[in-house]
Amino acid sequence: MIVSAFFWLFASVLLVSAALVITLRNPVHAVLFLILAFFNGAGLFLLAGAEFLAMILVVVYVGAVLVLFLFIIMMLDVDFAELKAGFIRSAPLAGLVGGVLLAELMFVALKWKPAAMAAKLKMAPAMQGMTNTEALGRILYTDHVYFFQAAGMILLVAMIGAIVLSLHHRRDVKRQNVADQVARTREEAVRLVDVKPGQGL
Amino acid sequence: MSIGLAHYLGVAATLFTIGVFGIFLNRKNVIVILMSVELMLLAVNINLVAFSTHLGDLMGQVFALLVLTVAAAEAAIGLAILVVYFRNRGSIAVDEIDSLKG
Repeated sequence: MIVSAFFWLFASVLLVSAALVITLRNPVHAVLFLILAFFNGAGLFLLAGAEFLAMILVVVYVGAVLVLFLFIIMMLDVDFAELKAGFIRSAPLAGLVGGVLLAELMFVALKWKPAAMAAKLKMAPAMQGMTNTEALGRILYTDHVYFFQAAGMILLVAMIGAIVLSLHHRRDVKRQNVADQVARTREEAVRLVDVKPGQGL
Repeated sequence: MSIGLAHYLGVAATLFTIGVFGIFLNRKNVIVILMSVELMLLAVNINLVAFSTHLGDLMGQVFALLVLTVAAAEAAIGLAILVVYFRNRGSIAVDEIDSLKG
């Protein structure tokens, strides 16, 4: 009973904040509602029994990715009112595509039933007597360690790509060059000028 | 009424539709398009986790973890491209973004 009450709470707040994300004019508010949506998504994960993914969603996704969104939006000085100009004009097409897609997805979601042999095709049957995190760790670090390594490689490539893209060397800024300073010799720094008395330079 | 797989699938389908709707609605604003993609990936993750619990197969959660990784990478690269584009053009309107072809 309490589980279904929380399910409806999380689901309704999730859908309402998702709808606000795509309709609000101010993108900072949109990101804040996206954070709310992800918190409620984490709540749904918890109810479904995926505790580790729920915590990952809050810590990594909300804590890193969405805050990155927030920083970028605050950093860019964009006229968002101008970008919203075509909003009303594209609404009918968006409604049509969205309505057709929703009808199809709902048809699949509600008229769905598992194949007879689905139970035999499990790749990693859920383990009894341990927490979700421990069970996930046991298969992620043993049977599916290549997936784990591939995920790490994707993150590394993304990190290097983001740094290469946004690293910006400004030529008009003076910077300290320690190697040049250390390599300076007495000959190129100091010159002895023999000034005759009463003549000046 | 107890909560079953169909409830999760219904919520995920609605969330995915909101994401697609957002892409069509905000065709000029690339930041909102990126946020809509995040919403769609969250819907996919809800589906994966719901099936994983319902079928008693942990593979769905491993896959959801990979989806989260790829989504984080995509957000980082997308925002980096956005910053570079804004620095060069002073605007983030998607209409003119085909000038990236050179």
